[in-house]
Amino acid sequence: MIQFSRFVLPNGLRVLVHEDNSTPMAVVNVLYDVGARDEDPNRTGFAHLFEHLMFGGSINIPEYDDELQKAGGENNAYTTNDLTNYYCQLPSANIETAFWLESDRMLSLAFSKKSLDVQRKVVCEEFKEHYINRPYGDIWFKMREMAYEQHPYRWMTIGKELKHVEEASLDDVKKFFRKHYNPANAILVVAGNVVTEQVYELAIKWFGDIPAGEKYNRNLPQEVEQQEARRLDITADVPVDALLKTWHMPSRLDPDYYVADLITDILGSGASSRLYQSLVKEKQLFTNIDCYHFGSTDAGLICVDGKLVKGVRLEDAELAVQAQLDLLIREGVSVMELEKVKNKTESTMAFEDMSVMNRAASLAYYELLGDANLMNTELERYNSVTADQLVELSRKLFEEKNSHTLFYRSK
Amino acid sequence: MNRKIAPPIKDAVEFDLKLKPYDKYVLKNGVELYAVNAGAEEVIQVEWVFFAGNSFEKKHMVASATNFLLKSGTSQKSAFAINELVDYYGASLARTCYNETASITLHSLTKHLPKLLPLIRELLTDAIFPEEEILLFQQNNRQRLEVNLKKNDFVANRLIDEYLYGFEHPYGSYSRFEDLAGLTREDLVAFYDQYYRNGKCILFVAGKLPPNIMELLDTAIGDLPLQGGPVEYPTHTIHPAGEKKYRISNDPNGVQGAIRIARDFPNRHHPDFFGAQVLNALFGGFFGSRLMNNIREDKGYTYGIYSYLQNHIQRSAWMISTEAGKEVSEATIEEVYNEMALLREELVDEEELLLVRNYLMGSTLGDLDGPFHIIGRWKNIVLNGLSEDYFYQSIRTIKTIQPEELQQLARKYLQPEDFYELVVI
Repeated sequence: MIQFSRFVLPNGLRVLVHEDNSTPMAVVNVLYDVGARDEDPNRTGFAHLFEHLMFGGSINIPEYDDELQKAGGENNAYTTNDLTNYYCQLPSANIETAFWLESDRMLSLAFSKKSLDVQRKVVCEEFKEHYINRPYGDIWFKMREMAYEQHPYRWMTIGKELKHVEEASLDDVKKFFRKHYNPANAILVVAGNVVTEQVYELAIKWFGDIPAGEKYNRNLPQEVEQQEARRLDITADVPVDALLKTWHMPSRLDPDYYVADLITDILGSGASSRLYQSLVKEKQLFTNIDCYHFGSTDAGLICVDGKLVKGVRLEDAELAVQAQLDLLIREGVSVMELEKVKNKTESTMAFEDMSVMNRAASLAYYELLGDANLMNTELERYNSVTADQLVELSRKLFEEKNSHTLFYRSK
Repeated sequence: MNRKIAPPIKDAVEFDLKLKPYDKYVLKNGVELYAVNAGAEEVIQVEWVFFAGNSFEKKHMVASATNFLLKSGTSQKSAFAINELVDYYGASLARTCYNETASITLHSLTKHLPKLLPLIRELLTDAIFPEEEILLFQQNNRQRLEVNLKKNDFVANRLIDEYLYGFEHPYGSYSRFEDLAGLTREDLVAFYDQYYRNGKCILFVAGKLPPNIMELLDTAIGDLPLQGGPVEYPTHTIHPAGEKKYRISNDPNGVQGAIRIARDFPNRHHPDFFGAQVLNALFGGFFGSRLMNNIREDKGYTYGIYSYLQNHIQRSAWMISTEAGKEVSEATIEEVYNEMALLREELVDEEELLLVRNYLMGSTLGDLDGPFHIIGRWKNIVLNGLSEDYFYQSIRTIKTIQPEELQQLARKYLQPEDFYELVVI
């Protein structure tokens, strides 16, 4: 049970505090309700580029990182399709430094031309390092474009293409900041060796006078229900064939989300999972195969992703995957198999909650979903999933017309 | 309130850092057990460290293959049955092979530990290395290697170690197709018998420990023919490459160069090691370092650049590592040498040094968070044969080292002509 307090400042900033006096550290986590899904289709990659610019100096403080490091702190940030999250950890005695830094960049950035010029280049190098300069690096660009026709999950967080990042202007940066970076669109979580009343006072002192800004109302184009299977067959300079197949799955707040999550564990997580045991170990069609999803807030994708043993045909490999899905639908899961994935969920949560930083990020995320206390009821939801639900949802999810299949062939 | 003025801070150098002491037990068979009982979550980590790293092998890849295939079957259980048992309890059983040591690490909810220990016993007494599992291992690793060899960073990491130590040294060797193909069941069984079943072993346990932890482990493995006591590491001769500069073409469509610049460096017992860690932080050891500020934050040549001291037991190397745009790779190397020159020629000012001190203290403090991190520190001290005071000596150096000492270290070690230099595009 994670204890926390919650209050809302008059400007709309939501503040959550989680006390844990067993650590000498404090974590300050600021989540902004903006991700790659909120981008203009002609300006993709912007939310992530913007995350870099948040370290390029704010209105009163030229060097974010230096000031934090002086106080013995460390920080990082990440951008997903759904959100942008900034976190720092520092000795709790210096916690006010984090309030000073985070509130100043929420108030206003410095909007430095130099920072934009440099970070555009840095992000282009990041793009190359992760998506161009490595085998199969573009596979998810192709899959997202195939799986989504309307929804902005169509593009990657890094952006559709390098050009979008290269063309970002200072004017775009300012507009983006005004639209998304304000108290009404942010959640502040403070955790660790702190006292709730003291955090409350610091929050008022540092964040209280930041103008509320406008609440951003998300209105994203949604997918229409898919009516027929989509396929793509490409050839590239890679050493072995790869198969990537996906299906639309329920959104994060749908009760079926938990069922879908357990389905991925049954099929493809861990060395005793079904796909690994049957297709890597017994049939030896794949050298590795996984089943997973991204935990997307809006309706996401269940993915089966594997590399083939040389000499195996992609068509045969796909049939073998399908046979496993059919088996699941036809014969369901045993009591023990269901217990296994529930035990695994319990264990994963316990290990994740060891770190104060993870606890803070989780609280922020659940608050964004609408209720921070969801963090404490998740395990119950998983434990209440039944074998019948697994079969029923599998039947619905793995319908051929709901699928996207990508054959990635070796030249 | 003036937002231009920073709130007062307590300098991290004023913090009094404490490394929670371990409890030590000795099992009936002489195996030593180091334990840290801490943390709020009901979780446990047990690591069996064997002296079975690749320094002990007579034939390439035997140590890592044996380690990986430890849980591929016993006379009683198939690989699937083993994996299913571990997964059923929501646990994980990782294997890792290093140069000197090789580990089996169990993570589990504390309540399930008694159910899992008999399995570990079985793996340590009765692993049979089935022929078909070895074949599968060979096939899958061959393909994985093919994919990895397309990655410039993977190729660069292999080559730079080979230049530093020579391919026949355990630190410089890497997996090749022919080594993989040449593995036999007899190799693995013999290595297992000598270095695991009858091997030397140390245990590291951390988390929320059950009160009878000692008894549980004694029952599980206290009667096995494992040995405790001091270990002698085999020594291998180093054959560093003669040539210092390399430009390798690996990917005709590559858009980035994998850059590695490295020199040899003594191990942790050398008196310069503490100071070098501070100098390294200043140079390229964290996000606020000079390399990062110059090459990423000022010039935008790379997504990230770091320097570090390699984590080896017998000797180390000082390494600079980055992936930079193809057209700016040479300019990046030049800037690395410029930063070395600055460290040799100019004293670091007090403000920057204080920042580095505070950063190192703060990150050490953060890194002591939780039982797994604490046991990790102790494991490092025990396996490297360092004194128990090592942690505090390191803290003292961070707090007190002077600009002049850092400059002397830079003059001694940061000389471009001593460095190997490699770009893989």
